[in-house]
Amino acid sequence: MEALFHNVKELVKRAEDEGKLISEIMIEQEMLLMDRSREDIMKQMDRNLTVMEEAVEKGLKGVHSVSGLTGGDAVLLQKYRETGKSLSGDLLLDAVSKAVATNEVNAAMGTICATPTAGSAGVVPGTLFAVKNKLNPTREQMIRYLFTSGAFGFVVANNASISGAAGGCQAEVGSAAAMAAAAIVEMAGGTPQQSSEAFAITMKNMLGLVCDPVAGLVEVPCVKRNAMGAANSVVAADMALAGVTSRIPCDEVISAMFEIGQSMPSALRETAKGGLAATPTGKWLESKIFGGAVVGSGK
Amino acid sequence: MKFKSVFDIIGPVMIGPSSSHTAGAARIGRVARDLFGRQPKWAKIHLYGSFAETYKGHSTDVAIVGGLLDYDTFDERIKTSFEEARKLGLEFEFIPETGHVEHPNTVKIVIGDERAEMSMMGISIGGGKIEITELNGFPLRLSGEHPAILVVHEDRSGCIANVANCLYKYDINIGHMEVSRKEKGRMALMVIEVDQNVDKEVLDELVELPNITQVTRIAD
Repeated sequence: MEALFHNVKELVKRAEDEGKLISEIMIEQEMLLMDRSREDIMKQMDRNLTVMEEAVEKGLKGVHSVSGLTGGDAVLLQKYRETGKSLSGDLLLDAVSKAVATNEVNAAMGTICATPTAGSAGVVPGTLFAVKNKLNPTREQMIRYLFTSGAFGFVVANNASISGAAGGCQAEVGSAAAMAAAAIVEMAGGTPQQSSEAFAITMKNMLGLVCDPVAGLVEVPCVKRNAMGAANSVVAADMALAGVTSRIPCDEVISAMFEIGQSMPSALRETAKGGLAATPTGKWLESKIFGGAVVGSGK
Repeated sequence: MKFKSVFDIIGPVMIGPSSSHTAGAARIGRVARDLFGRQPKWAKIHLYGSFAETYKGHSTDVAIVGGLLDYDTFDERIKTSFEEARKLGLEFEFIPETGHVEHPNTVKIVIGDERAEMSMMGISIGGGKIEITELNGFPLRLSGEHPAILVVHEDRSGCIANVANCLYKYDINIGHMEVSRKEKGRMALMVIEVDQNVDKEVLDELVELPNITQVTRIAD
């Protein structure tokens, strides 16, 4: 069965030509390719949305990972936000804290919904539940937010990569942030083209991001990278809604991300052998958590 | 297209912390159990590449054992799977390997009990998606995303046609099929990915066909 779209250009064109939302094209493609009913698909996405909501709530109450490397920052951020003194603005800080909440739950082996991966699971729900307070979407619109994110993620996964081991953190948190930006635009009433501009702007600014998890854990710097990914996507969505466009088309940005990922040394692709993982403190934390002496690059 | 469904991107619902190292690992373990047909008594789990380097930190070990106990990616018992396994009498051992493998996240699971033994190689390709690459020495490709039937049979003419005919009778569409054999005229394996789950009556009928040794189903 042939897909309705293979790249962002085709996705946007189809949405524009048929006067449909990007989320609708994604739903129709899912029905077609997977031979499932609309009701069935909507129900499954509704369940995923519930999982995301529960993870955010859990994280905002405060969780800590077994290693002790992460946890509790979502609580700090929410408390600070409540003082009304935040410099970056209420919605932005809300998105950031909710992204952190999700990833803290993930690091603590809680239940999350991978979007597109577990290490990048905070950005899409973090932004969604922050923007929700501003735009007051219906439940269906919230579900559509996930389909719009999914449509763009589908293109990245099939034409580039959403794996940190293959393409660095730009492929995980970079993709998640760009997916979220596109979805925010649709929820805020922007056009399919503006969604693609927001995606391109976000991804351009996450290019080159390496995957260098300390001690090989999905904690440092993953949790905070989700925070910054969420911030990136909110700003990029605003830029696109303001009419700013990307000089480099979306699909070419995705190709560039893939090329960069391919040329990244393996030390910077989830092997925990380079970057922050290889810093003196990173190595010290590794030996503290897993025990034993850490010598050179071997274990 | 490696990723067909939107739920490969927005999903799976899973226990953290890593979709490839935890959720994918649990899925590989579960497929091994499905293929074995029952809970094994012992398991030797060989880890390669990134799995070998980071399995403790990513909870790949508890996830694989959870899968062997038939837990889904979101089953909270994954966290305590080691204790659950011991309670149920499953002995397991992890063997980090240094050998080169094609995919960074590769595991070979050898399981068995007093009746049989089985070995299976699986890779976790990202976002929780997996592929099974080898079964008892037979190379194969199985996405784990579609229901599949595995048919062990004698390498004789008519076998494949009989199986295809039987599936046709039940209106079951074959999405992907591979046939492999170790030696002409000896043991062979059919891997058949289908569009819908297959009822037990179909499996019972398949196993009654001439020269068919064993039929296993992997549900969606």
